[in-house]
Amino acid sequence: MTVSPDAPGVQVNAPIAPSTTSSADGGVTLSTEANTMGSEEVAPESAELKAFQRARVRRKLLGSTPLLMFGVLVLIFLVFSIAEPATFPTFANARNMIDDTSPYLIMGIGFTYVMIAAGFDLSQGSVLVFGQVIAAKVMVGVGGQGGWTVAVGFVAAIAGGAVWGLFNGLVITKLRVPPLITTLGSLGAALGMADLLTKGQDNTPTPNALTTLSTALPLGLSWRVWVALALAVVAGLYLHLTRYGRRTFVIGSNEEAARRAGINVDRHVIKLYMISASVAGLAGMMALINNTTTTVGGHATDSLIVVTGIALGGISLFGGSGLMVGTVIGMFIPTVLSNGLIQIKVQSFWQQVVIGFILILAVYLDQYKRQRRNRV
Amino acid sequence: MTPLLEASGIYKSYGHVEVLRGVDFSVEPGEVTTLIGDNGAGKSTLVKILSGVMPPDRGEIRLRGEPVTFSSPLHARELGIETVYQDLALAPDLGPAENAYVGRELLKPGLLGRLGVIDKKTMREKAREAFVSMGTDVKDMDAPVAALSGGQRQSVAICRSVMWAKGLVYMDEPTAALGVRQTRRVLDMIRRVADRGIAVVLISHNMSDVLQVSDRVQVLRLGRRIVEYGPGEADVETLVGAMTGALDGVR
Repeated sequence: MTVSPDAPGVQVNAPIAPSTTSSADGGVTLSTEANTMGSEEVAPESAELKAFQRARVRRKLLGSTPLLMFGVLVLIFLVFSIAEPATFPTFANARNMIDDTSPYLIMGIGFTYVMIAAGFDLSQGSVLVFGQVIAAKVMVGVGGQGGWTVAVGFVAAIAGGAVWGLFNGLVITKLRVPPLITTLGSLGAALGMADLLTKGQDNTPTPNALTTLSTALPLGLSWRVWVALALAVVAGLYLHLTRYGRRTFVIGSNEEAARRAGINVDRHVIKLYMISASVAGLAGMMALINNTTTTVGGHATDSLIVVTGIALGGISLFGGSGLMVGTVIGMFIPTVLSNGLIQIKVQSFWQQVVIGFILILAVYLDQYKRQRRNRV
Repeated sequence: MTPLLEASGIYKSYGHVEVLRGVDFSVEPGEVTTLIGDNGAGKSTLVKILSGVMPPDRGEIRLRGEPVTFSSPLHARELGIETVYQDLALAPDLGPAENAYVGRELLKPGLLGRLGVIDKKTMREKAREAFVSMGTDVKDMDAPVAALSGGQRQSVAICRSVMWAKGLVYMDEPTAALGVRQTRRVLDMIRRVADRGIAVVLISHNMSDVLQVSDRVQVLRLGRRIVEYGPGEADVETLVGAMTGALDGVR
């Protein structure tokens, strides 16, 4: 951490006022006189303080990435609506887009945790496949066509994912292999294992109850949408309100500081990768329900979309900051774009080009925001 | 009056290199004790031993008169010993209040607390109180520390340690990267910490800082404490002389 001596934000015994310069945002006023030690000033200050805090909250809200991205999302939606007014802005199409987003959202929720701790998990797409293959195999093994068999499948998919998370976490913390390489390795390994189990064929039979679930539309949306949204709410509250969540931010911000504060960083990080891989397993089960068959070859570019959504949502690639609501909003942008581009009959290869460049742009914006905020 | 912390005959070697050769060191409550010495004199090794980072090879440490063995930095912290690291160990994306409670988060009472829900409001208020009582008036307890200046960050790190210290705070070069005015403020703050009855151990290379703020100066050279000065007993020349060995034979 570099430091600047005597930056303009320091004022000696100055009254508290909403800062006018951006660099004085949240300044500390150091007094050199001992007579400020008393607490007699606290009462008159608190009104000003409240006003100051309100102003800060307003500024924070207006300048926040999730809100900005929500605006971008609305803009994209409007543009495609004008281009294809007959087919794009319909309920059926909106439902499609929400449905298409949900598996990425489920994965993105786990990835958000990992990324806030300055980690990375490329393996999710393959762990998804591994989870669904395990689930399919276990359901065949258990037998039966009913709901209980499906329930066992859920447990198997999540557990199958969690094992890869444990592996990733242990390699990253104990062997000190960088996350990018570790999860690149398990990206290949998990898919290879899934292929070994299925001989690369999507012909594992699935119970009948799965078919019932796949066509059900409770409250107008599919099951996987509700699962994704419920998970987002629970995971978001957990991230932003609990000790585990707070420590995730600390580790992402300064791992050494976390260690010195007595936080068991290794155990925390292993859990993070287990969360990320478990939700990938869950997404695998949801994909299995949706397609009533395994989809071994269909998830090679999942990670690209998940990372793009997260980065657009304002989760910093460098760790330490981000909001779960950002992930939820950001994740819709790639799918809405894809959907819209298909509707205006742009050749489908262009979608990949567009999403690739958007990812780079999103990370650049994050970089730029950091540089502006940091002193020196 | 028994010293708060007293170390005697501390030895430590790294391989064949004997870094500490029977160091004696003592700290009184409410005093600023400065540890000076040239590079390689063993200052940082001694502080690491006295803050639980590593054990000595030989020697005795007494805390409030009782013999003590620190098993880890956490253990030392539980005994009321805090350290302000030279790199400050702050999380730049988090605010001052959040930083103050890293690793010591307060949970809400009742069921929410059992679910791990933290009490942000109480932490913010308590941190603010502690900061104000240290003479550091923080306007925004949630703004990221990265947006603060060097001196401001330094005072956040010091306030955090003092919030938790129940006996002793080590400060490793707290003014190293600061300008003149900010240095003065940090020195004032160090003085206030000591005035609360906390023992401060300062490690510094800046002789004028040392003379301004210290109650006692202990000089390390080649792994031994060679001399201890009380208030008004030393000036810059004597200190430099003692550090470098130029005064050998004079005293």
